[in-house]
Amino acid sequence: MQTYFIELSYLLASILFILGLKGLSHPETAKRGMHLAEFGMLMAIIGTLLHHEIVTYVWIIAGLAIGSVVGLAMGFWVPMTAMPQRTALSHAFGAFAAALVGVAEYLKGAGHLDTITMSALGFEVMLGSLTTTGSLLAFAKLQGMVRGTPMTYKGQNVFNMLLLAVTIGIFIYLIVNPGSMPLFFTMAGLAFVFGLLLVMPIGSADMPVVMSLLNSYAGLASAATGFVLSNKVLIIAGTLDGFSGFILSILMCRAMNRSMTNVLFGAFGSAATAEAGSEQQGSMREVGLEDIATQLAYANKVVFVPGYGLATAQAQHAVRELADVLEKRGVTVKYGIHPVAGRMPGHMNVLLAEANVPYSSLYELEQINPEFPTTDVSVVIGANDVVNPDARDNPASPIAGMPILEVDRSKSVVVLKRGQGRGFSGLENPLFFKPVTGMLYGDAKDTLTRLVQAVQHA
Amino acid sequence: MSHEALISALYVFALAAFLGYLVISRVPPLLHTPLMSATNAISGISLVGSIVTAGSGHDTVSTVLGFVAVVCASTNVVGGFVITDRMLRMFKRKPTTDLKK
Repeated sequence: MQTYFIELSYLLASILFILGLKGLSHPETAKRGMHLAEFGMLMAIIGTLLHHEIVTYVWIIAGLAIGSVVGLAMGFWVPMTAMPQRTALSHAFGAFAAALVGVAEYLKGAGHLDTITMSALGFEVMLGSLTTTGSLLAFAKLQGMVRGTPMTYKGQNVFNMLLLAVTIGIFIYLIVNPGSMPLFFTMAGLAFVFGLLLVMPIGSADMPVVMSLLNSYAGLASAATGFVLSNKVLIIAGTLDGFSGFILSILMCRAMNRSMTNVLFGAFGSAATAEAGSEQQGSMREVGLEDIATQLAYANKVVFVPGYGLATAQAQHAVRELADVLEKRGVTVKYGIHPVAGRMPGHMNVLLAEANVPYSSLYELEQINPEFPTTDVSVVIGANDVVNPDARDNPASPIAGMPILEVDRSKSVVVLKRGQGRGFSGLENPLFFKPVTGMLYGDAKDTLTRLVQAVQHA
Repeated sequence: MSHEALISALYVFALAAFLGYLVISRVPPLLHTPLMSATNAISGISLVGSIVTAGSGHDTVSTVLGFVAVVCASTNVVGGFVITDRMLRMFKRKPTTDLKK
């Protein structure tokens, strides 16, 4: 009876999770979908508490209490600009939980685990461990605690592959001889190290792919836990998470026209790749704030193109204020969002939504590109590679073939930039040297706020 | 795990993968960040495994491992859902302060 109740609560949770994710196909249905998923989760937890193996609730309640407090604090206070870091941290938590349960199950089975369980357990612990450290390093990079540039050394890829081969070798040995405890912990330890090594050579600009990939690994670690515990809802939820991350990482790679291998092992944005960019002739044209304000005020259509610089400058509210002032003057305002703008998939959309920009004004790459020729002013805010015309025009460029927002086709381009330096990928951007382009240096938030005032007086 | 159990688990895995592909490829790029935090919260369901490990009183090590796992997983579940809700509330069709007309 009890078992039936538990299993039914898991079945209900599985269905509600799927309905919840289905709701995410539209912003209008998303909230309701999430409430369904939350209800499903609650049912599954209540069901689990009735499990016959549970003899003491002290640690469970203590753990749930601490986790809920930390979760609530994170949920309510993490600013939207820090969403990539928060997500990286939660990948680490999820993966670490899976790894720990795996280790506990291994200790419980102590040597007489059958081949199938041991295989699943090995996957769980390996994926869980490498995702934990990989995500923590990604977190540190995003938080700025560690330099965002790729860390490379000679023979890095060979060394990493060797380490992975050894880890997998031990894993295979363990499937046949599950009793060897020292080897089991060696495998886990090597996987922890491998996670760090995997993320080390990856630059900030490639973070959207890495985030998605770590998301995928964390999900698959949960799914493997489901295999170990013969728990269907774990398999379903873990697989959904795993595939969601996988699909996102493919979409992100496609948005950069790069292969997964290139992202993971190419150390993109290191000194070596930067040299391959085209040498630019001419100079960048710096423009005055007043001129830009006049241009904007008398434009018919203005398109804002945000990048990671928008997030670092916390300028999302300032953009929205400028858009408000312009719209009041009858200017049509749109936003062009590149899939890999920012540090995680959808990063820019969330930031702009936070600043009350209606989602109907946010346009995807394919939708906005045909509109640039009729755009009077394109305002690039802290974006670089996603508007680099070299990707389209120069087959020798390291980012050749990457779909870009074609702002250079608009009548006038204004680039808001902190300084004259290159972007995260280290590539020269010919857009900045084009005659249609004017550069406006300074903190994006400050510049935008001053533009608002200038437009009001125009 | 018996071979029968493995086969049925593989069925579930394969169907979930297929279903996941269909459902998730319909999520617009607009909602990719909420999608990531939502799937993260959902995969925090590994909490149910952690709960049993923490409460089964098998031995001290397992209990401690289970306890830490419960903390991590429930942080993800609670934090993930709260943050997803918070994000989704921000997505509005029209600005609330739109005074046009």
